[in-house]
Order: sequence, then C-alpha cells, then structure tokens
Amino acid sequence: MGKPKLLVGLGSCGIAAGAQVVFNHIKEKDKGVLADLDVTSCVGMCYAEPLVEVVSGEERVLFGQVDTAFADRILKGIADGRLPEENRVREDSDGKEYLARQVKVALRNCGVINPESLEEYRAVGGYQALEKCLKELTPQGVLDIIKESGLAGRGGGFFPTGMKWSFLAKAPGDDKYLVCNADEGDPGAFMDRAMLEGDPHGLVEGMLIASYATGARHGYVYCRAEYPLAIKRLRKAIEEAKGQNLLGDNILGTGHSFHLKVKEGAGAFVCGEETALMASIEGRRGMPTLRPPFPAEAGIKGMPTNINNVETYENVAFIISRGAEEFNKYSCGRSTGTKVFALAGKIKRVGLVEIPMGMTIGEVVNGLGGGSSSGLPVKAVQMGGPAGGCIPRSLFDTTIDADSINATGAIMGSGGMVVMDETTCMVDVAKYFLAFTQKESCGKCTFCRIGTKRMLEILTRITDGKGEEKDLDLLEDLANHVKKTSLCGLGQLAPNPVLTTLKYFREEYLAHINEKRCPAKACKPLITIRIKPEKCTGCTACARVCAVKAISGERKEIHTIDPDVCTRCGLCLETCKFDAIEVV
Amino acid sequence: MACSHCTNPVNEEAKEIVAAIGAEPEFAIPLLQEIQRRHTYLPEDLMEAVAEASGIPIARLFGVATFYSQFRFTPQGKHLIRICKGTACHVAGAELLASSISDELGITEGETTGDLLFSLESVACLGCCSLAPVVMIDDEIYGKLTPKKIKGILKEYQNGKA
Repeated sequence: MGKPKLLVGLGSCGIAAGAQVVFNHIKEKDKGVLADLDVTSCVGMCYAEPLVEVVSGEERVLFGQVDTAFADRILKGIADGRLPEENRVREDSDGKEYLARQVKVALRNCGVINPESLEEYRAVGGYQALEKCLKELTPQGVLDIIKESGLAGRGGGFFPTGMKWSFLAKAPGDDKYLVCNADEGDPGAFMDRAMLEGDPHGLVEGMLIASYATGARHGYVYCRAEYPLAIKRLRKAIEEAKGQNLLGDNILGTGHSFHLKVKEGAGAFVCGEETALMASIEGRRGMPTLRPPFPAEAGIKGMPTNINNVETYENVAFIISRGAEEFNKYSCGRSTGTKVFALAGKIKRVGLVEIPMGMTIGEVVNGLGGGSSSGLPVKAVQMGGPAGGCIPRSLFDTTIDADSINATGAIMGSGGMVVMDETTCMVDVAKYFLAFTQKESCGKCTFCRIGTKRMLEILTRITDGKGEEKDLDLLEDLANHVKKTSLCGLGQLAPNPVLTTLKYFREEYLAHINEKRCPAKACKPLITIRIKPEKCTGCTACARVCAVKAISGERKEIHTIDPDVCTRCGLCLETCKFDAIEVV
Repeated sequence: MACSHCTNPVNEEAKEIVAAIGAEPEFAIPLLQEIQRRHTYLPEDLMEAVAEASGIPIARLFGVATFYSQFRFTPQGKHLIRICKGTACHVAGAELLASSISDELGITEGETTGDLLFSLESVACLGCCSLAPVVMIDDEIYGKLTPKKIKGILKEYQNGKA
C-alpha cells in the first residue's frame, strides 16, 4: 500500500483557527516522507477546526482540534501504523449527530478534494456532466432535466431554475449573458464562501452547463471583495479550465463557446439584488431599477441575462450526472433537493450543514447543531439575514421548505441560521438588522431611505428605556409602508426582523417600554452591574481593569460600583475570578 | 485639475493604471480598486488623472467611489483593523469589543490614529462565525476575542509587530 494522504482543511475559517500553522508544521517536519500532504477546504465542521484527515485507500479518518503537538501524534501514528484514538470527529458523538442526517449534493466535493486541482475534480467525476450535455443532450434536453429536478433559486427567491433558464434560451440573439451572484452579504451566512473556496470547478461546470442550455456565451461571477481566498481559487479554476479547453471557444471541439470572468464587488449589500448587481458589473453605482424589463429581456449591456447564485449552479452537475430523480427524491411541498445552511450564533456545533428538504428547524438546531452553546434554552433562530425574521422555539416543528418558512413571516433566504438563547435580546436583534439595512439602503426610495431611519430611532428609544407603548403601532405602520413602497427586495424585506419579533416576542418590547427592563439583560441603559458583597474578596482586580474608575474599595474589603460612572462595558465581569459581579 | 499635456508623475501613473486595467466605463470599479491598492486610499489628483486618461467622466468615478464602502479618501494607517459586525459576532459581543478597541486607541470607526499606526473599520461579516467575535488585522483573523485579549493583541502591534 502506498503512502497515506494528509489533508489539511484550509478554508478561511480553518486558517483563522490555526490550520495554516499546522499545515506548515507538517510540511516542515515530515517533508513528504510518511505521507503526501495536500490541501482541502472546509468540510463544514467549523466547530472542530483545525481539521486534518488521513486518507489511506478507502479509509478516511478525520481529526479535529489539531494543534502542532497533535499533528506530531498523527505523524507518529502513521509511522507506527496505529493512528490516535482521540479527536476522531466523525466518529465521536458530536460528529455522529452532526453528520448522520446530512445529504451532500452542493457540498459534495467540499473538504474532499483539493479545490486548486482540476485533476482531483476530474477524479471525482468532474466535467463528465458537461461532456454528457455537449455530446449526448440537446439544450432543450438539459432544460427538461433541470425542470424535472425541481431545482429552485438557492439565493432565497426559490424561483424555478429550469423556467428561468428557458426564458433566456427563448430570448432572441446570440449575445446573451450568464451571471453568478456570489455577493454573499447576509451577516452570519458563509455557504457561498465555503463552496467557492471548496469547489470552484463545481461552479464553473454548473455555469458551463447553463450556458449550453441557454445559449449564453459570456459569463460573470460577481464575488464580494471580502472573500479574497474564494476569488483567488475561482480565478485559478477558470485559468485551469481554459487550459484544458473547457472554457473559451469551441469547447472540447463541440462548437460551443463560453467565456467566464470574475468581477470583484466593492462593498455594497444592495448589489445582491439582481438589477443593482448588473449595474455594478457595468461599473456604475449599484442602484436597483424597476422590473420589467426583467434581466432575461434586457440585462447586462441591455442584453438578455440570467442570474443564479452559487449554490444553485453547484447543484447542476450533480443533477445532470445522477438524474433528476436522484435530486428530487428529497422533497417537501414545492421544494426539492437539499439546502445548505450556515449554523452560527449561540449554538453548540457551528458549521455548514446540507440537509434534505423537509427536516424540521428543531431537528437542525437541536439535533445537528446540538442545541445552545451556553446550555441555556434556545429562544429563537434567525433565518434569512436582514431580510428574514426570527422564528421562536414554539415553531421549531416547522418543516424546512420555502413555503413553510415563508408562512412564519421569516424567509428561507440564502441559508443563514443564527441561533439565539435566553441572553439574546430580541429587540436588540431587530435593531441590529435594521441598523444594517438602514446603512445599506441605496437611498433611491424615500421610505427605505428615511422610513428605516425613523424605525431605527424608535427602536433605539425603546432599548434606551425611553419608549412608549404607542411606539409599537408607529413601528408597525412605518414597517408596512416601507414594505409597500420600496422598489427592491432590500426595502421590501427590511422590516421583516422587526415585524417577526413584534409578532413573536411582543412581551420583550413591552418589558423594555413599561418596566424599563431588558429581560435578556443585554441592553446597556437598562442594566446595572453590581458586586455581590457575599462573594467579593477585595482582591482589587476589577478596580484595576475599570477604565472609568467606577469601582472603589480598599484591598481585602468589599468593593462597590458607582452606577452613574459605570459604562457597563463588562470588563470587570470577565476579570473577576470569584463570580462576585452580576448583571441585574 | 490635472493638465493632460504635462508629463508629471501622477499623469504617468494614471496612464499605467489605465493601460493595465482598461479604459471602458465598465472598469470604473477595478480602476478605483487599483488606485487604492497602490496608495491605500484614493488621492484626488490621481483620480482626476485616471479620469482624464480613461475618458471616464470624473463625476462618474467619484459617484462610484462614494457609493461603495470599500473606498476611502484619506490615507490608511499601517495596520487596518476590521471589526466583524456579523450577526454571530453581534450576539457574541462585537459591540463591546468595538468600544474597547475605540477606548484603547482613541479613535472610532472610519478613523486613523494620529501616529498612522492603526485604521479602524467594521465589516458586515467575515464568514468565520465559528470563531465569533472576530477581528481581522491586516490579513490575520483573530477569533474568540474578549476586551482583555484584544488589548494584548493591539500591544503586540504597538510594540512593532509587522
């Protein structure tokens, strides 16, 4: 048997957790003697990073929380023929719960292959779907398969992809464009980043198949500039594909031509909206325009254009190779296939999961995710980012499909799931998202520009303890006007976080207003930090870290905090070793 | 206004940038990104020269530059601190972290310290939610931070960490 392979997960998150240090250490120490060192990307188990996998033949053992010392133990284990028993994250109880019910379609290659190697992509069947399309299927045949699969836009719109493609296919002329929206702007969402970093060829192949089905000859991937590693790997994949005549003119001698370019965004959330995105690609301010005309009629440079997001394209090659039935055997309501979610916030197992449609929110949050990280009950889950809403624990039996999630007032969105426990204030969360959309509003529509600002002022008043009960009616009234009078999705959906928290957590708003109390003890103006006299040992540690000198007391005597001086920064809480400081 | 007939270094640089990136209006964003990559910000005279060299109206370049949050009009400090304000970081205490950095350095978001050592900015999400709260200094990401930890990290840079 040959040398085993050592794969180190070098996605952005893995690198931040220290995977690059581990990679360099192994490279330096082993110099390729015991194992062939290689790079892979995020496998989705962010909670266990840094990750190192030992692959020998069919056997794969994945180790988590690998530091340089543990890397040495893995190397020694390879030499001795006995790998360490600890930190095997696929086999421990966490890993079993996390992985058991996942189905990998869009993420099929992430964390499995080296994303910077076309050869490895080919070794797992890459570009065979493209060849099948070019050589065995007609463009209409491809459209029929995509339609039959039920694939729908994974950016959050859930518009049937096959139908969207057929609009472009029917559009007249040869000069048509395909766009991939990789401007993943929702805070707390990192699905697209993981796919771009982990399987860039999967995206290129999906777009190539779409270009064949629709007759588009030019393509753009519009990626946000905050993802430098994703952009680097995608550019490399495009160059490699060009080198093997998979992109360019007369692809594989079939006469089909497709040219693909990467466009870097420059930091504007609204550019995730398709008309704004096209304006940005053309080098203009990213301001949305009225539809119609729809992109399929007049998009980039006035030419017919089709836009899908990263995850949608990543599904395409799978559907063509394995058949529509293999994809739509997972279904719930009108939604078919799988969906990738980014689990974040106060959840035990943070990471990326891909689940079949129809699982319940509770199964994902409490099952795969393992419940809250704090041990406190999970209060709600925020889905859909700034355009979405907060779904309370009482609705955790809701199945995950576009229609059921929409019925709660939230949206499925692109796949962000941020978990909140009892220490998260729902008014503060609503304020957070509104502050985000308010800042990112392009300013074109009056209600989105000014209405969101006024709503934010009301919410700030409430969290400052200066709210009145009539503010809630005002909020709802304004929210409905913003929804009705905004041109694009940003404004139409901006009030969702406020409306859903008002609907499900009204009592928290009322506690802020009537009792001047923040039940989660998160809103600074409504809390007091004080010292528990029975526990204070007079060690002076808190007084020494306090930047505003709000804490007084002699050594070995009970200290006190002056609430008028205290800024509620919490530094003393973090410093105290005796649990003698509390928030009330 | 830069004069197109003289060969001053700014005009030369502008020509170089336009030759490397392109002169069509669709290259407005890449042109500005290139200027900022070279200078850490958008110097007014160079922007005017690039407008001249590319034929893209200066009003359009400024319009684009002011729309996107990536662009800045004042020089950046030696180290760029970017506080992640994503949802996961927010619920994990990003605001507290931001205020402790502000207290420590005496600047707020969008500002640069007097000694030009640090610039402070916030970003919507760095996509490293498993490590929340997160701060990125230059290209390095620091995770699971507390006010105490970040003070120690800033000290390292103040003591000359590159």
